Amino acid sequence: MVPLTGYLLVGAFLFSAGLYGALARKNAIAVLMSIELMLNAANINLVAFWRYGDTPADLTGQVFAVLIIALAAAEAAVGLALIISVYRERKTVDLDELDLLAG
Amino acid sequence: MPELPPLPTISQLVFTGFALFTCASALGVVLARNLFHGALALVATLFGVAGLYVMLEAEFLAVSQVLVYVGAIATLITFAIMLTRSMMYGKTSPLNRQWGKTGLFAVMIFLALYGFVGSIPWADSAPAVLADESMIAALGVEFVTNYVVAFEVMGLLLLVALVGAVMLARDNN
Repeated sequence: MVPLTGYLLVGAFLFSAGLYGALARKNAIAVLMSIELMLNAANINLVAFWRYGDTPADLTGQVFAVLIIALAAAEAAVGLALIISVYRERKTVDLDELDLLAG
Repeated sequence: MPELPPLPTISQLVFTGFALFTCASALGVVLARNLFHGALALVATLFGVAGLYVMLEAEFLAVSQVLVYVGAIATLITFAIMLTRSMMYGKTSPLNRQWGKTGLFAVMIFLALYGFVGSIPWADSAPAVLADESMIAALGVEFVTNYVVAFEVMGLLLLVALVGAVMLARDNN
């Protein structure tokens, strides 16, 4: 049997990688992909804690994971629509150049 | 004669394979210079996470992961990459000015989580579950009884996101 620590470490690695990508990448689509990585890290933790908890018959962890998957789908759809809309106005998705509000 | 550590079991070997595959593709997502390669690495990562769900005996989630993430979100991201012509490969650096500080921050977060996770004696084994279709039925019952409000709100959110995405991406001319 794999110890719970293994799953938690994979989740921690995915979260850290996603954090780096979300903060350091210039392209808006790359930032969105990094956010998907972080949502997946949270999901791995939820499912792992459900599986290794005392009462696996209580399916709360899986319910939360399904809700997060649905939320990620909605977030990707709206986020990518925003990116396409911004690209149409400014002809770029480089976040460093989207400085309309910078004083 | 010193006692040798126990040999890894099959499930441990499979888990190690999935874990290394997932982590390596996640690194590919954030480090790839070509955005399209990053999207392909994201698909690999999502498949690896689906494999981890199978190992955790959450088969319904694994199938949902492949259907929703690989089938829908990865396709959407590929469309967006094509539509915005953002594959500026080699023209400029894909990273902004704060990538050094951010990298240090991410490594420190990972080390902190590593130390925290490693310092707690988690359970080594899990209680047995009924891993067959009765669990999927139980999940469905949960959604229409205890979590019916969250379920309905999620349906409403998906509808609003659908309409909003169409409105935002529509060409006004």
